[in-house]
This record gives sequence, structure tokens and C-alpha cells, in this order.
Amino acid sequence: MNATLGARRRAADRTATVLITGCFLLGLVPLVWLLYTVASKGWHMVVTSEWWLQSQRGVGFRDPGGGALHAIVGTAEQVALCAAISVPVGLLVGVYLVEYGRGTFARVTSFAVDVLTGIPSIVAALFVYAVAITTLGGQRAGWLVSLALVVLMLPVIVRSTEEMLRLVPDELREASYALGVPKWKTVVKVVVPTAFSGLVTGVLLGVARVAGETAPLLILVGYASGMNTDLFAGFQASLPGMINDQFVNLGSGGQAYGLDANGNRVPIHNFAPDRLWGAALTLIVIVLVLNLVARLAGRRART
Amino acid sequence: MAARVRVAAPEAAPAPDPAPVPPLRLTGSGTARADRLFAAVTRGAGGFVVVLVLLVAGFLAVKAAPALRVDRVNFLTSRTWDVAGHRFGIVDMLWATVTVSAVAMVIALPLAVGVALFITQYAPRRLARPVAHVVDLLAAIPSIVYGIWGILVLAPLLRPVQDALGSAHWIPLFGNEGYSTGTIFDGGVVLAVMILPIITAVARDVFERTPVAHLEAARALGATRWETIRLTVLPHGRSGIVSGAMLGLGRALGETVALYLILSKPPAGPFSPSLFAGGETFASKIASNAAEFSTPTQTGAYLAAGLVLFALTFVVNAVARWIARRGDAA
Amino acid sequence: MARRIEIKDLDIHYGRFCAVRGVTLSVPARSVTAFIGPSGCGKSSVLRTLNRMHEVVPGARVEGNVLLDGEDIYARDIDPVAVRRTVGMVFQRPNPFPTMSIYDNVAAGLKLDKRRLKRSELDDVVLRSLRAANLWDEVRDRLHKPGASLSGGQQQRLCIARAIAVEPDVLLMDEPCSALDPISTLAIEDLIGSLKERYTIVIVTHNMQQAARVSDRTAFFTLAGVGQPGELVEDGDTQQIFGNPRDRRTEDYISGRFG
Ligand SMILES: Nc1ncnc2c1ncn2[C@@H]1O[C@H](COP(=O)(O)OP(=O)(O)OP(=O)(O)O)[C@@H](O)[C@H]1O
Ligand SMILES: [Mg+2]
Repeated sequence: MNATLGARRRAADRTATVLITGCFLLGLVPLVWLLYTVASKGWHMVVTSEWWLQSQRGVGFRDPGGGALHAIVGTAEQVALCAAISVPVGLLVGVYLVEYGRGTFARVTSFAVDVLTGIPSIVAALFVYAVAITTLGGQRAGWLVSLALVVLMLPVIVRSTEEMLRLVPDELREASYALGVPKWKTVVKVVVPTAFSGLVTGVLLGVARVAGETAPLLILVGYASGMNTDLFAGFQASLPGMINDQFVNLGSGGQAYGLDANGNRVPIHNFAPDRLWGAALTLIVIVLVLNLVARLAGRRART
Repeated sequence: MAARVRVAAPEAAPAPDPAPVPPLRLTGSGTARADRLFAAVTRGAGGFVVVLVLLVAGFLAVKAAPALRVDRVNFLTSRTWDVAGHRFGIVDMLWATVTVSAVAMVIALPLAVGVALFITQYAPRRLARPVAHVVDLLAAIPSIVYGIWGILVLAPLLRPVQDALGSAHWIPLFGNEGYSTGTIFDGGVVLAVMILPIITAVARDVFERTPVAHLEAARALGATRWETIRLTVLPHGRSGIVSGAMLGLGRALGETVALYLILSKPPAGPFSPSLFAGGETFASKIASNAAEFSTPTQTGAYLAAGLVLFALTFVVNAVARWIARRGDAA
Repeated sequence: MARRIEIKDLDIHYGRFCAVRGVTLSVPARSVTAFIGPSGCGKSSVLRTLNRMHEVVPGARVEGNVLLDGEDIYARDIDPVAVRRTVGMVFQRPNPFPTMSIYDNVAAGLKLDKRRLKRSELDDVVLRSLRAANLWDEVRDRLHKPGASLSGGQQQRLCIARAIAVEPDVLLMDEPCSALDPISTLAIEDLIGSLKERYTIVIVTHNMQQAARVSDRTAFFTLAGVGQPGELVEDGDTQQIFGNPRDRRTEDYISGRFG
């Protein structure tokens, strides 16, 4: 190795180190920036008790007050119905693929799950629209959103279930068979409990994935500024729906105008941005907490 | 009972010959039926998924057909999208979808490879895990939040970048269209942030699985860290990078809400290939026109657009899987 | 209720691969029979055909007959689950159920059965099984701790307790001591000696002294070469096999001149 080559190699190495470290730092910038933006602009909304206890009924962008309760309830209901369908079906499909799946039908099923994994949320929403509204003549409502979310959540649950069940050693299955326990009971009483915390992780990640999903809302349910707890009729709010609604209220530059006592047009405070960021912060906190809890559960699963 | 315990004691005398051996009962006791039932239920759940996929494709196709039948222009080659006038051509949407995704890929791919290399090759062992989790968190943030952040916070700050690139306006892609924010470029940058963690996760996975023997062989030759990466990690991880990129691309093509909020709707007029113009992707156009789903024909036009998007993402994801599988086999 | 086993002309296949060919062997009731032989000769495979555990491996097939007190366990109307209830098994690596306590591990086979036992009956069975497995004194005051909290040797005895709690007629053991230290091994060997009063026991072991110590009868398997099927060379009284083998290959193997 002559000295000049050595120097060049060292320089290349140092450049690469700088570039790669730079990539990493640059990659973190949006995360920090976004979290900071949402937190700093939204925190003063979410720290009020009003935010958690009231809806936006009758509250315009000029008016102070109101909260996000209607949206939180709507999101909770839509996601709960979605999970109530996706979790059992997803678990069963995962069990099928790991414990029973052999041959062509298993390969077809696995392929179908792959296809579902890649379906854009708007396509899922269109599908539900085409079935429930175009074909069956139904009305837009919250439960249709849940159905579209099922299409998005199902593959997440299946894949995580598969992964977790494959981590259960075959020795435990054999130990159970050798006791004269039938296969289905082995699956239900031995394999699934062993993988349990991992399965919880998968479910929580699936819930987090669909809780912030907006596309189905745009075409499957109207936004209601008041509380509607009925999933099956009428407009219903949700956190992403509320963000979208407030975005529409921003107007240009977020500036609102009102009339003063003399009837002159004067700039006034627009509350839409506050609510927009407040709802965004609420949504992010929910999703991140779900993710953290999921990872903690997952860590317990591996040890 | 007590007798059994005594028998089990090590020093116990041999038991007197027990009562006559009861007959063996080895024939079915109903467990086989329960087993078959459970297997059938799980298989049925699998069948449900298969049927679901077929239904998605089938419904979109069947319900899109009437619209395509009355289409007065060529669906695949026309720029006109005039729902009331029964003119459905997807070229503009296709162009916007492809360019916005391309911008995202150009930015995200090198960055993601860099981030993955940092996490696997440079970060101290103890730091690598938490850092990887933090990057994963990026993927958890809902796209509507990226959307509002992108258009309200990031896009105004991208103005100068856009202006600087726009000085090369003789390149058609960089033509000045008089847009301030809400351009394809803005959308692409936000999409890049959104797909970064997806590509990173896949790349990280394959980089981590670089055979230790290869790494050690390179180091034994006196290779620097960068040379080790170039000689072993990158060649080994090539299929992972490509399949990660395809997964990210699949996500970008189908992204709806972020682009729905960010992209400005372009005025009708001559076609502009510029990145600094507004546009509508398949997904954002469908989302913003839900109000037009009034007649089966009009709805059908959007279903047809959705079907094209489905096909596009399906192909991209299939390629990603195919590459990943080939990489695993190698 | 110990039972005798007769194996007749048994062939074992994994997919296309024939792992064992032409085994014919009798295992008398209330005795310990040891399977010995070089690695890969099919000892575990033969053992696993005795309770139809063999067929949980995808693509695995058996030809020939296995008779339990004269009844063919591969006959058409036989339920493999019922066979496994009658013929219990202990594995090479201790494998207690990680989500269950010591108590629940022992009770697992009964709890997962169709018929429901009363709590007091269950307590009784657990107590008896743990005593029979020589484990009771060590775990009596931590029955509700996880099974995985025990030492390896204790875990293996826990697995034996679990296997005998369902009152099988036959107990199969596949190298039950190979993961254990000498003291735990001794404890298990003692246990085998006491269990044979009530069970027919078949044990696979690589340890020649162990085979000589615990077994009444010994069967020696070998294989002609890699990729060839394993076969039974000879079987007989343990003393005869070790003291006066009929076949050259047996003699070579037990005197350490194998391969
Ligand atoms: N699940 C399986 N799939 C395919 N082949 C198998 C399987 N299990 C065992 N075999 C093959 O069958 C033959 C016999 O294996 P087996 O485990 O019965 O041998 P063994 O005598 O128990 O060996 P060891 O003493 O090492 O435990 C071997 O060639 C082995 O490779
Ligand atoms: Mg073996």
C-alpha cells in the first residue's frame, strides 16, 4: 500500500462516514420537526378538560370552546367494530397458515394476504362503497368505514399471528400431542397462550395502523360536528375526520374575519388551526401509545 | 390410590399381579370430529380472505364496466376527465401519480439506505435498537398528520428549493408554472418522509443478515469500514434494497390523504410535465370527488380509476415480493 | 396397566426417503427395553411410530404393523389421539409448557381432556404423579410457580410426571437424560427402575452404561451408510446383548469400534 493510496482510501472512508451519519440525522429531522410542530401547536388545546368532554356541536371557527370527544368516540367505535371482525378472522387465518396450511389452498391464501397487504386504503374504501352503496343501496355511515378498515387491518393481524405462532417451538406441540391432547386443543390451549403477548402486539399495531386512516372516511361517512354514537346511521366524526374538517375551515392563511360593532370587517382569531393541531396531537398520542404498549408486550414475548 | 404411591416408591416390592387388564380402547372418541371441525373453521377463515380479494377485484371491475362502455374517449390514453360529459381518460392522473412517487423515491431511497447502514454498521450496538424503533415510529404517524404538516409547515419552506431548481426551467420537469405551494414536488418530499421508514426497515433487515464470515474476510484484508460495506454489505443487501424500494413505491402510489391535502388542483389547460405544478393522483382524485358519486356511471368512472391503482400497486408489490423471495433463496 | 408391544415388518418413510426398513421386534409388558445404535439409524423414528407421533411430521409414512396387546394401532378405525393417551412420551429436551405452573403442567393432560375432574381429584393425581416422578419433595411448596423455573433435571422429571398423570400403559423416552447432569441422570434412572413395575418402558439412549443399568432388554439398530435405511440388527436380554452379542456389528458398536 503506498501512502497516497492509503490517504485516498482513508478520505473515502471518512467521506462515507460523514455522508451516512448525515443521512441518518437528516432522516430524523422530519420526525422531530413534525412531533415538535404538532405538540407545540396542539398542546394548549388538549390540556383543557373541555377538549376531552365536549363536542364541536354549534361551535364555529370564530367561536372558542368545544372539544374532541365526539371524534374520539367515533374513532373508538369505528376501530372497535373493525377489530371485532379483523382480530378473530385474522387469528384464525394465521392459525390456518401455520398449523394446517399445506398445499395449494394454503399458498393461495397466503398470496391473498399478500395482495391485501398492498391494497391502498382508497381502494378498500371504494370497494366497500361499490358493494354497500352502489349495489345494495345503503347509506353512508360509520360501520362502512369499519368494513373498509377490516380490509386494511386483516393482513396486519394475519402476518403478525403467523410470525408469532412460528416462534412457538414444535416441541411444545409434540409434548401436548404425546399427552393425548387433540390438535385443536393443542392449538387453543398450548400454542396460542404461549404466543399470547406476541399476538397482543400484533393486534395493537393493527389498531394503531387503522386508527389514523382517513381515506375511507372521505367517501364512506359524512362528518358530524356533534356527538353521534350510532355506527349504523347518520354522519359520524372521528379524529382524522375532525382534522380534515378543521383543515377545510382554515381559510386562506388561517386568517378569519368578523364584523366589529360598527359593521367593519376586522381580523379575528380563527380557532380552526388550534383544533386542527389539537386533534392531530390527540391522534398521534393515541397511535404512539398503542405502538409503545405493543412493543413492550412484544419484548415480553421474546424473552 | 394409596397402593399406587407405595408401588412408585423405589424400594417397593414388586406389586402383586394387578386385577385383569382392562380392554384397550383405541377407537375414535369424537376428538377426530372436533379436530376436523376446527381445521375446517380455520380453513374457512382462509377462504374468506381469498374471497375478499376476489370480491375487491371483481366488484371494482364489474361496477367500472358500465362507465368504460360509455366512455367517449380512450380510457388509457386521454387526458380528459370530465365525468358529467362521460369522458374518462386517466393520463393526467397517471402522470401525477408516477411523478410524485418518483420524486419520493429519488429522495427516500438513498436516504433510507444511508439510515439503514448507519443503524447496522455505524451506530454502537446499544444504540442501534432504540434508534431503529424511533425510525419505525415515523411509519406509525397517520398520513393525515403528514398531510397537514406537509402543506402548512413544510411546503412554504420548500419554496426556495423549488425556485432554485426552477432556474433550470429549460428542463421540462422544472418548468415554472406559477404555483407557490401544493406542487407535485411538495407532495413528493412529504411522501419521501412517509416511505423512508418502510425502505429502511427492509434494508436494515438484510444488512443485518450479511454473513459474518464475509464481513470478517473483508476486514482481514485490511478493508476500511466503507470498503467493507461496499464489498460485502451492499452486494449482499442488493435484493433487500430493491424489494424495500418497491414496497415503498407501492405505498407511495396508493397514498391518499397526505396528497389529497397537499396537492393543488390544476386548472384545466395545456399539459405541463413540470414538478412545480399542482396535480391529482388516482387516490387524491377519487378522495376529493366522493361528492360526484351520484350515478352508477359517474361512480363507475372512479371505480375504474381505483381499479387501475389497484393493479398498479399489485404489480409493484408482487415484484417486491418476488425479488425478496429470490434474495432469500440465494 | 402395562401392555406388550409387537412391531412387525415396519418401514418408515419421510417423503421419498426410507429412514427405517424391516423392523420386527417384541417388547414385553412391565419391562424396560433400550434402543441403542449410531446416530441417524432410526431409533427415534421407530420410537415415535409406537404412539403415532410419527405422523405429525408432514410427509412421514409408515408401513407394517404395531400391535398393542395384539391390537393394531395403525388399523383403520383407530384414533391416534387415543393411542397417544395410552402410550405416553418423554422427549430429549425437557419441554414443560412455559405458560403453565408446575401444578398445571402435571394436570395439563387431564385438564385438556374431555372428561372433567373435580379439583380434589386433580390435586390427588398431581400429588401422586409428582411423587411417582420423585419430584414432590422438591416442588411441594412452589406448585404454582412456572414450570420453567425448575432446573433442567427437575424439568425433565416434571415432564415424566406430566406423562404419567394421564395414566398411560406404555412410556416412551427419547434420550431423556442427554440434556442432564450426572446427578439428575441418576435420579431419572432410579425413577425408570421404579416405573417399570407399572409401565412398559422403551428408552432410546446413546449411553451404553445407561442402557446396561436400566434396561431388561436391548435392541441394537444400525445403518449401512449415509442415505441408507436403518435396520434392527438384533435384540435380546440386555445381559446377552452386552455380554455375548450374536452379530459382529453389535459387538463392534458396544466395544466402541464403530465407524
Ligand atoms: N422430520 C424428518 N424429516 C426428514 N427426515 C427425517 C426426519 N426425522 C428424521 N429423519 C431422518 O430419518 C433418519 C433417522 O432419524 P432418527 O432421528 O430416527 O435417528 P436417531 O437414531 O434417533 O438418531 P439420533 O441418535 O441422532 O437421535 C435420519 O436419516 C434422519 O435424517
Ligand atoms: Mg433420536
